[in-house]
Amino acid sequence: MRFGVVVFPGSNCDMDCYWAVKEVLGEDCEYVWYQEKDISDFDCIILPGGFSYGDYLRAGAIAKTSPIIEALRDFVKDKSKLVIGICNGFQILLEAGFLPGAMLRNKGLKFVCEYVDVVVENNETPFTCLCEEGEVLSIPIAHMEGNYFADDSTLRSLIENRQVVFRYHGFNPNGSVYDIAGICNETGNVLGMMPHPERCCEAILGGEDGLKIFRSIVAYHGGKVEA
Amino acid sequence: MRVRIIVNLKPSVLDPQGKAVRAALKSLGFEGVDDVRVGKVIYLNLTGVDRGQVKEMVEEMCAKLLVNPVIETYEWEIVED
Repeated sequence: MRFGVVVFPGSNCDMDCYWAVKEVLGEDCEYVWYQEKDISDFDCIILPGGFSYGDYLRAGAIAKTSPIIEALRDFVKDKSKLVIGICNGFQILLEAGFLPGAMLRNKGLKFVCEYVDVVVENNETPFTCLCEEGEVLSIPIAHMEGNYFADDSTLRSLIENRQVVFRYHGFNPNGSVYDIAGICNETGNVLGMMPHPERCCEAILGGEDGLKIFRSIVAYHGGKVEA
Repeated sequence: MRVRIIVNLKPSVLDPQGKAVRAALKSLGFEGVDDVRVGKVIYLNLTGVDRGQVKEMVEEMCAKLLVNPVIETYEWEIVED
């Protein structure tokens, strides 16, 4: 399976994502510069965390004007192509309109950097197909703007369509509505999540729960993965 | 020509920054401040743009980049000719 990790000016989790996919999982992976216009060769695009454009204006707001985002609009029309936006990647997906809602500053006004528990609300997505429904994963977060906001009708439709993929469990670190930690689009091939699965793919780094998400992607795509 | 755009969070959206500023004002002894909302101001210096084109241009800029309509509202005016 062929992964592409997008590098924006200010991305800083790109190497972690690359490492998780290429070195830990052993899948084909390449960095993709944000000026790239043709990404048709890839099966899954990862928008990594970081501070694209220094979070100027709003987190993700300027990154959405890049050529890669235009390319991504065609890319996602093919349901078999997957996009996962992590942290700043999630913020970019919201700003660009791939996912509904918006991010506000954390309720506590602090940058929060810690392990949190998230519960898998929907395991029938390409990103969670190896998880159990209701399974609790321990994954680190590190963000200032993770307070997910959607108006009531948007939230209702997210819940009805089973687009809420991850919810914070036990403790909501940022004040997000409905404890949302990750959502997908209606088609189910675009996921945005605030926790960083790429940071917990090896026991030596404190945990391996993040690997379940990358393994799910590979399994969904038809690759053989160890359970 | 100079245009000023004021961007605010929608009234229905919680403004944690505004809440913190309100608490700080209170701790400084300022009474009677019921609510504080923190927004941002954007100035554009425009050249070669007709006055008649400005409305359309500013509205398009706000829709495409400067404002996130999910959480923000804006107002604008020409402050210098």
